[in-house]
Parts: sequence; C-alpha cells; structure tokens
Amino acid sequence: MASGVLLENLASSLIRVIAGFCAGSAVGIGLGILMGWRAKVKELLHPLISLFYPIPAIGWIPLLMLWVGINDLLPIVVIFICSFFPVLYTTASGVRSVDQSYIRVARSLGASERQILFTVVVPLALPSIFTGLRLEAGMAWRVLAAAEMIAIPTGIGALMVKAQNLVRMDIIIVCLVVLSVMCFLSEKLFLYLERKVVSKWEG
Amino acid sequence: MPTVELRAVSRHVCKEVDLEVADGEFLVLLGPNGSGKTTLLNVIAGLVSYRGSVFFDGVCMDKVPASRRRVSYLPQDLVLFPHMTVKENIGYGLRMRGDPPADTQCRVQELVQLMHLDGLVNRYPSQLSGGEKQRVALARAIAPSPRVLLLDEPLSSLDLQTAKRLRAEIRRLHDLTGITTVYVTHNLEEAEELGDRVAVLHSGTVQQVGPPTTVFCSPQNEYVADFIGSPNILECDYCHPLGHGVVEVGCKELAIVVPHDGNSVKRIAFLPSDVYLTATPPPGPHVNGFEGEIIRLQETRDLVRASLSCGGNVLLAEVPRAVCAELDLEEGKRVFVILKLRRIRTYEG
Repeated sequence: MASGVLLENLASSLIRVIAGFCAGSAVGIGLGILMGWRAKVKELLHPLISLFYPIPAIGWIPLLMLWVGINDLLPIVVIFICSFFPVLYTTASGVRSVDQSYIRVARSLGASERQILFTVVVPLALPSIFTGLRLEAGMAWRVLAAAEMIAIPTGIGALMVKAQNLVRMDIIIVCLVVLSVMCFLSEKLFLYLERKVVSKWEG
Repeated sequence: MPTVELRAVSRHVCKEVDLEVADGEFLVLLGPNGSGKTTLLNVIAGLVSYRGSVFFDGVCMDKVPASRRRVSYLPQDLVLFPHMTVKENIGYGLRMRGDPPADTQCRVQELVQLMHLDGLVNRYPSQLSGGEKQRVALARAIAPSPRVLLLDEPLSSLDLQTAKRLRAEIRRLHDLTGITTVYVTHNLEEAEELGDRVAVLHSGTVQQVGPPTTVFCSPQNEYVADFIGSPNILECDYCHPLGHGVVEVGCKELAIVVPHDGNSVKRIAFLPSDVYLTATPPPGPHVNGFEGEIIRLQETRDLVRASLSCGGNVLLAEVPRAVCAELDLEEGKRVFVILKLRRIRTYEG
C-alpha cells in the first residue's frame, strides 16, 4: 500500500473531524452561553441534555446508519454529537462561574445586559470554553476511528480494518501512530490558541 | 449632583433604614462586618431588590435599573476586568454608552493624568500593584461622570502607606469633582479623615449620624461608644499656649503638647490605637514621649491591649500582636510611650 493511500484516507478523516467538530462546538458554545446566562434556558434544556449526554457517541451509530445512511455525513454527525455535549457543558459552566461582581460593576457602569454578556461574561468564560474544546478535539479523533471502523469504507479507521483483513500489522501500527499524532496535534492546537488568548491577561 | 435619600429601606440585615446624603457630600458608613454597609451601597446602586424607597433629588429611583442610575459602584474586591488593559478598563463605561472613540480616548487620557497612571495604560490588571489597581478602579468609576460614587472599603487590602496616600487622593478627587460620595469602611481613622459626616451602622440600623468629631467625641449610645473604642481621657491641670496652634497641657506628671486654638483646654482624649510603644528610647527629641510601666496585658484576636502606668495616669494602648511579640511586652516591663500629636483631641468644657 503506497503512502498515497494513507494520505488520502487521512485527508478524508481530517475533513470529517473538522466539519463535525466545528459544527458541534459552534452549536455547543452558542447554546452553552445561552444556558449559562439565562436560567430559564437552562431549566428548559437541562433535563433533555442530561438524558442524552450519558449515551456514548458510538452508541448512536446503529440509529444514525438508518437515519443518515452510510455516507460521509455519518461520522460527521457522530463527531458532532461527541463534541456538542461536553462543549455545551463546559461553556455553560464557564459562563455561570463568571463572578457576579464583574457583572454588577459592568451594570453600574451603564452596560446593557447584552453588552455585559459579550464584553465581560463571554471573554471571562473563554478559558473554560477552550478547555472544553481542547479535550474534545482529541476525543473527536477517537470517536472518528471507531465510526470509520464500523460503518464507513474510507478514512483511517476503515484503512485499519482493511489492513487487518490483509494481516498487515505494519499498516495497522502506522494508522495507530497517525491517530495518536492527530489527537496530540489537535489538543496542542487548542492549547496554543488558549495560551494566545488568555496568557496576556493572566500575567 | 443629587442628594441621595433612603426611606425605610429594608434588605437582609438592614431594617427600615432612613439616611440622607447631601448634594456633593462625602458620607462615611462606618460599622463592623455584617452591619449592612455593603447592602446599603447595593441598594443605592440598584443592584439588589429591596423594600422601601431610594430618591435622588427627590425623584424615586426604585424603578430605574442600575445601568441608568448613573451611580458608580466600586466593590471591595475592585474587580477590574482582567481581560482588558488599563485603558480599556477606564474607558469601559464610556464605550458602553456609545461615546465616540475620540471622546472616550480624550476622557481616558484625562483620568490617566488625574490618577497618575501614565505609563501603565497598556498593562493588564494582573501586572499592576494593589495601589495601582485601586487607582485604575477609581478612574474607571468616575470616567462616565456618575452622579453618585459608592466606594466599598476600597483601601482595606492595601498596605498602610499606600492606603494613606490613596485616602488623600480620594478626598482630593471628591473635592475636585463634587460627586456625592458614600464610602464604606470599618476603619475609624479613614472615617475621620475622609468624611464630611459619618453614619455609624449596627446590625442594619443607623445608630448615629454626624460630623466625625461629634460622633467620636460624644457617641450617642453605648453601641457607638463601644465601636469607636473607649478613648483615653485625661483631665488637664494647666494649659500653656506655645504658639503656632499648639498648647502644652499638664495631666498629673505628664506635660503633653497638643494642637489647639482657643480657650484653655480642660480635657484631652486619644484612642488606644494612637498610643505607640517602643522598648528603646525614641531617637531625637520627641514631643509627647514618656516612660511608663505595663500594668496589665489583655489579648484579643489580633490586638493586644496594654494598660500602662505613666506619670500618674493610667493609659490604654492597643498594639498589633506582631508588635507586641517583637517588643517582648510583659506585665511589669518599662516601655517608652509616644502619643501621636495630631490624633489628640482637646475639649475646653
């Protein structure tokens, strides 16, 4: 198997991770901010979310295979689910844990509620949001590999299954190394971004 | 600037509080922790719900949200926004109400100069010292030209030296802007130095309101007297004017120099915290330096109260525990006593 195959499969995996992860965390951050900021939204969503959160992302695959079909969308949706819940939780708790005194001061300085949210609360919740993103960026790769092994004929996971059928241990090991490196790099990327944003004001 | 009036305000510990702050006045709310000082500030700022009414210049503010009251509230822990530079912190209120950037920058520059913050404008709060943070917080509070300024123990976390400097700064700022100011503290010295009037609070009720000297010298009830601390009161046998606004009074064997202008002084008073003790004679010629013997030591949580026999008088001194340990104070020991000249109050009656 030439290295072209590996790169090809890696590319399709990468695109899935990026698409699923971006969509999942964007929705997670958005809803998380709402949930942390407005108690009403939290009350409304919390029961639903606590019902679905414990289900492992992989557990959705059989259902998704019927709903979405066996195509590129399947791993993307799995990664979406995998990223969405934890990012939602860390964002909501980050927003909620912003000290009330910051909000009071902003209020007494004449800021409207919306201004307070976007100029004070969200920036101060950024460290928590980044922590969530960082942990999930690595997790996305783990879930992806599993999804591809079960359901999809392309991607790193699928490549490993093929290699297993051919008893090519070398390929399997290369794939494992690639997965490990991608996990590692994704987490580092967010660590870097977090430092870049937060370090200047954490002194 | 408005007069601020609280009528029958109740919230938490505060019960039916009536209080009036005059236009441009500097009112100090004095009381121990849990007496409701901070609660009252929150009520004036509109940051909490309450029963009763708050009036600014006779206009009821109860329905006006905090963001429109034009009251700047500086909480105890400062809470500078950590993700903004000094410049951005100071300009926050102006940006939020939509001032043009040029005007904001102008005003920020003005405040930077006023509060001596040049050279710090691009730093983040984590890179500032306690005193600098305090000045930034003050600048931020007055930037949007509030009508009322509420300060909650702004100096309590600073070292004495810095606190003292800033105290003068705060007073200067008040005299300059004439903003109606309510200042919360449990520090008597601060109250005396800053306040036009002092309101003593105890478990949510106002015990006494008046100019600092009145409150300190003639406490209205036992509670106020207790909080102010029992001062040393000495009867004077004679009184010689020394010129330049100072007189020498004789209290038994002590000849004490006190600042005074006017008729003969009959009595003097000073707080136990204004009596300094040293183990060795103070260097140089020192007014009001005496020798005394410790009769009794009484320890409280962070202070040691020492009763001294000094020139035929019994004086009460309060020293921090650390100082007491350093001086190795014990009953029967001879020590040197210094009375802080400026802190001695005189009575002609």
